Amino acid sequence: MRDSAEPHTAIADPMLPIAMRVSEAWRELDDVVSLRLVTKDGAPFAFAPGQFNMLYAFGVGEAAISISGDPARTGELLHTIRDVGAVSGALTRLKAGDEVGVRGPFGSSWPVDSEHDRHLLFVAGGLGLAPLRPAIYRALATRHRFASITLIMGARSPRDLLYPYQLAGWTASHALRLNITVDHAGPEWTGSVGVVTTEFARALAGIDPAKVSAYLCGPEIMMRFGAMGLADMGVSTERMWLSMERSMKCAIGLCGHCQFGPDFVCKDGPVFRHDEIARRLTLKEI
Amino acid sequence: MVIKTIRDILEEHPAFKSFDDDALDLISGCGTNEHFAAGSMILREGDDASKVHILRKGDAAIEIAAPGTGPLIVETLHAGDVVDWSWLVPPRRAMSDARAVTEVSAISLDANCVLGKCDEHPNLGYQMFKLWLPHLAERVRNGRMQLLDLYGANAG
Amino acid sequence: MERAAALDDPRPVLSALIEAGYRVIAPVEQDGAIRYLPAVDPDSLPKGRIDSQTPGSYRLEDGDPERWFDYVVSPESWKAWLYPARRKMWTSTRSEDGLSFERPEAEWTPTAFFGVRPCDLAAIEKQDAILKDGAFADPDYAHRRENALIVVIQCARSAETCFCASMNTGPRAQAGFDIALTELGAEADHRFLVEAGSEAGARVLEGLTEDATEADKDAAHAATNAAAASQIRVMPENVAAGLKARLTAPEWDDVAKRCLNCANCTMACPTCFCSDVQDTSDLTGDLTDRWRVWDSCFNPDFSYIHGGAVRTSSMSRYRQWMTHKLSSWHDQFGASGCVGCGRCIAWCPVGIDIVAEAETLMAQPED
Repeated sequence: MRDSAEPHTAIADPMLPIAMRVSEAWRELDDVVSLRLVTKDGAPFAFAPGQFNMLYAFGVGEAAISISGDPARTGELLHTIRDVGAVSGALTRLKAGDEVGVRGPFGSSWPVDSEHDRHLLFVAGGLGLAPLRPAIYRALATRHRFASITLIMGARSPRDLLYPYQLAGWTASHALRLNITVDHAGPEWTGSVGVVTTEFARALAGIDPAKVSAYLCGPEIMMRFGAMGLADMGVSTERMWLSMERSMKCAIGLCGHCQFGPDFVCKDGPVFRHDEIARRLTLKEI
Repeated sequence: MVIKTIRDILEEHPAFKSFDDDALDLISGCGTNEHFAAGSMILREGDDASKVHILRKGDAAIEIAAPGTGPLIVETLHAGDVVDWSWLVPPRRAMSDARAVTEVSAISLDANCVLGKCDEHPNLGYQMFKLWLPHLAERVRNGRMQLLDLYGANAG
Repeated sequence: MERAAALDDPRPVLSALIEAGYRVIAPVEQDGAIRYLPAVDPDSLPKGRIDSQTPGSYRLEDGDPERWFDYVVSPESWKAWLYPARRKMWTSTRSEDGLSFERPEAEWTPTAFFGVRPCDLAAIEKQDAILKDGAFADPDYAHRRENALIVVIQCARSAETCFCASMNTGPRAQAGFDIALTELGAEADHRFLVEAGSEAGARVLEGLTEDATEADKDAAHAATNAAAASQIRVMPENVAAGLKARLTAPEWDDVAKRCLNCANCTMACPTCFCSDVQDTSDLTGDLTDRWRVWDSCFNPDFSYIHGGAVRTSSMSRYRQWMTHKLSSWHDQFGASGCVGCGRCIAWCPVGIDIVAEAETLMAQPED
């Protein structure tokens, strides 16, 4: 790595991709792949937890994909991608050595450092753990500064859990408290079955809800009801953040696709404080 | 060592904390302590629902079996939860299996006893209503969420 | 810049711009409409023509043969020049060395926009706020904008669809132009009041004009005041907050039943800026171009995320357009997104009138 290289944070030209090399690609789930990307000049790529990049599959197109790696490791970018369309499908078929276009990092981030001394509660649904993971890494890096760290994971079934190797590691090292719940399971499953909100009471047992900072990421319905459930328990709506998903083309607030009421999700989000968008979450087709 | 009475246990239990003394006196006469080893069945689909179980300790799984796929856990229940409501609804037949996932302690209430006392004492019946309805409402709401298959590949 | 002068004929200004080396874009009659096209001949100005614009209708007619500028706004706005409907953003090539990305060369010579109406000047300023002066700028737009000289024609006539007076964008522009002309009436011999708004504008005017009289200035203000007074459409004053409080009014369904979702209003609107991207490849597959193309929030796929679109109903798409234009634009950019040019009214094939819809909605109870 070049010592003199500046991190790619200033976004020299936010409209023009830079070429990055896939150094490793591996399958996480049946339709989900993770890519490890490195810059060609060895320059670091700094980002804040919760931000995303526009990844360009050559000749196919671009998609907004959240960054899922450790923000302290600026020598690489991790992206976890589900094959749901032409572009994401092409990205999941990339192999080590292939190149991809990258624009970013874009968007707002999960506030972690500002929440010192509080109980951090991460609520991830499905692939929602991918955009949350950088915030968890950041919190774990200064673990002693937080009262507690809890992760509630919701998934379709036990075999659909993202990053199971990492969940096992975090649990084994007592780095955080983990509550997993799935929508259905076979009889061998000894964990919970049910929606994430059913885990709240046990996850927060003995914790003053006024001292909880919550980070929700997953399907919009899950975040909507999750935030409502936490608020009912006494968690401040000003201490809850969630990450919105909308169509994105430019990622810099110029194309209009991600309009969400008075905000562009790409540049005013994707991470929003709950009280700022609570009304919009219950308006249909906004 | 003090041996707790059923009434003591009910009084401490979160589900019954809103019950007044008269109601607790009435209902404790219908209760029994029960223990289930991990893996054992609390209820079997098709059984007469003559009892209702309220969990004190441990986890239970609601299962529905289908040929070829084996039992599928559709919901897990934890301390404070009520295992089933079939006992309230004629023909009072359990509509799913309930299995102890861990060792389970529960209070079981005799359904005929409870319903009989509710008929005699409408105040008890109303307190039971206020206990069951929010619980059932939440279970129905959660069931709807699961129906959405939120985390499926094409779900929003 | 209060430097008024007078002129008998607008053509010397055009000639001076051409001589100064500007490419001049000016009003030209073509295909039954006034269009803004490159002008090499000052005589090509559509003198004596007026436009009749009503909901769902635009027709050119003969007006006073002595008057130069009694038509108002063209179907196309100046965004067609500053933010073209299709523009290459970059080219990507794949070789043994991997991928590379390059921007195309800027292809824009210093250009004079002759005949910008005050509402359209306001529209350009609104697009500046988004595309040039925000946290992220579109460099191509910024380059074009910085190399564009603006000659405003103040409006002495309003079309039936005009409502700039209630949007505070016209019929007289106070600033933001390089040169502004007001066509005076017959009592002033159809002379022009000329204002220079910048040094560049003043340089173009050097030697062309004589000093304006106080009577010229009074006549100019009287002309634009009369145009304002003749406007029959008035946007409700508190529409920005009012629409926000009526997002679930059933009247949205009523307008949605009439709306064809054709997107014409967004194409004609001088401030609508939404765009999509398209990628094209050559036959070898090793070279692809990325294009930015105009898009519209009325297109069903506009809000598509995997699994489906966020705004599937016509109601939600009309509401998105209108609330963005009149309400959330204030939150995002500090002002309304509407300039009152009336294009969306005239060019709506079913004659939906944004002012009338705003009035209807504002008469509904709050959510």
